[in-house]
Amino acid sequence: MQEGFSYMAGVELPGVIVSVGRGGPGLGTIQPGQADYEQAVYGGGNGDYRVIVLAPNSVQEMCDCMGKAKELTFKWRMPVIVLSDGMIGQMMEKVVLPPFTPRRTDEEIAKQCPWATNGIGLKNRQYNFISTLELDAKEMEARNKRMTAKYNQVEAEEVDFELYNVDSETEYLIVAYGISSRVSMKTLEMLRESGVKVGMLRPKTLWPFPNKKINELAGQVKGILCVEQCEGQMVKDVRLATEGQAPVYLSGRSGGMVSSPQDVLEDFQKMASECATKSCPKGYWMK
Amino acid sequence: MITKEELIIPENKVYGKPSLMNDTPMHYCPGCSHSVVHKLVAEIIEEMGLEENTVGICPVGCAVFAYRYLNVDWIEAAHGRAPACATAVKRLWPNKLVFTYQGDGDLACIGTGETIHAMNRGENIAIIFINNAIYGMTGGQMAPTTLMGMKTSTCPYGRQADLHGYPLHITDLAVNLEGTCYVTRQAVNTVANIRKTKKAIRQAFENSMNKKGCSIVEVVSTCASGWKQTPEQANQWMVDNMFPYYPLGDLKNTVTE
Ligand SMILES: Cc1ncc(C[n+]2csc(CCOP(=O)(O)OP(=O)(O)O)c2C)c(N)n1
Ligand code: SF4
Ligand SMILES: [Mg+2]
Repeated sequence: MQEGFSYMAGVELPGVIVSVGRGGPGLGTIQPGQADYEQAVYGGGNGDYRVIVLAPNSVQEMCDCMGKAKELTFKWRMPVIVLSDGMIGQMMEKVVLPPFTPRRTDEEIAKQCPWATNGIGLKNRQYNFISTLELDAKEMEARNKRMTAKYNQVEAEEVDFELYNVDSETEYLIVAYGISSRVSMKTLEMLRESGVKVGMLRPKTLWPFPNKKINELAGQVKGILCVEQCEGQMVKDVRLATEGQAPVYLSGRSGGMVSSPQDVLEDFQKMASECATKSCPKGYWMK
Repeated sequence: MITKEELIIPENKVYGKPSLMNDTPMHYCPGCSHSVVHKLVAEIIEEMGLEENTVGICPVGCAVFAYRYLNVDWIEAAHGRAPACATAVKRLWPNKLVFTYQGDGDLACIGTGETIHAMNRGENIAIIFINNAIYGMTGGQMAPTTLMGMKTSTCPYGRQADLHGYPLHITDLAVNLEGTCYVTRQAVNTVANIRKTKKAIRQAFENSMNKKGCSIVEVVSTCASGWKQTPEQANQWMVDNMFPYYPLGDLKNTVTE
């Protein structure tokens, strides 16, 4: 599967992939999972390349993501993965469908996608070819540099996230996406009711990742709890983003099991008590 | 005496390079079948007037650079994926000529799944299959199509059934698939055979345009370099060893029959 992503990224071909995670590895289970974070965010295909990864957390967002993915994939000419999980993917919720957009006409394709191999011949333009092959290493490196510049621009412009209950008083932060963010919302409510100053950051794009915001908040809070339904994948990116300013704990189940708000609450309390009593030194994050 | 200038005039022209073929020097080895088939493809597209209507899908293999030589739009697919790619293109542009051009390693090894299913679905594409019984590009390794007893760099003592299994007759398999409309096996070792191959590819291209189903034209080919022979020896070796195993002729034709 990722062979194709690598080729598409290499030739700057737009495309949208929908990945709905279950418990793994291998055939694993058919219950929900978030263990495909690294597969989506870190590619898995060969070579230096990136894909944009969107992370919806409701049926409405699943629907809206498709339009957004289409927009992004043509804007940046790189693959976009909509990374969901078996819970969000099978949920029933109210949804407002966007108006139907017809396929581009041949004329629109010729105009908007001058790179397309639509076979219109030399009378109309130089012939197009779509190929990842470049036997000259110098040229290939130059291509990679061009791509990296593009990826840097995507990182600067397309980061998307949502903050809940985050202000200058916030003492603890939960970071969660997809189904984990829905579960954590409940935990968040329970904690706020008992007076804990906790907020949540929900990445809506997993690549580009909200590094800047997490880094900024890490300087303010006592501890961060990363909630994801796997053995710890996004947590590493959260730790990198903090640059060691705050300890980052992991909470989650795996293999098709999904945390309850109570599970997250217990992990949160453990994290909060350790952060409070041990007076975690800055740079303590290998937890 | 007649001068050169008097001789070289349009009225005297009996043969020319097809206009779709550009001047990029070809990388193919002397005597390689690939270049002959490229020329035929260019001639046929021109003769059918499809210069403004063609998308080719090239493979991974020696023909990976096919897009450099013929002035039509090309997509270079990942290894073996050409029929899947062609499926997408033809479905998006049903009125274009869409063909794949693949070697035996590409089509009958890593791409067997894509090939069988595209044929079985009856995709309206033409598949040109260059069977030289070897991985030419990577230095002459054994392919699924390598003959019994044939020596390659990965079976230096010759292909043995107990170790390597049997040669895959993928074109014969294609006959039994309901989605194929035209299945043929040809060669380009003589002028007569080149003409027959041209006719076969043209038929396959017409089938794609007329949406008759999937066509596959196998071209039993030489790979002098991979076989470690001279071009002349390779042609003879092909006649003596390949043709008995991969006999030439039409295997299925539901369009003209
Ligand atoms: C996924 C992948 N696997 C392996 C290769 C290496 N490779 C390049 S060409 C080739 C074999 C090509 O053989 P064939 O299709 O018979 O073409 P020929 O060169 O003989 O015309 C292989 C294995 C590759 N490029 N990609
Ligand atoms: S290696 Fe074989 S298939 Fe490739 S160009 Fe040379 S003769 Fe042709
Ligand atoms: Mg071959």
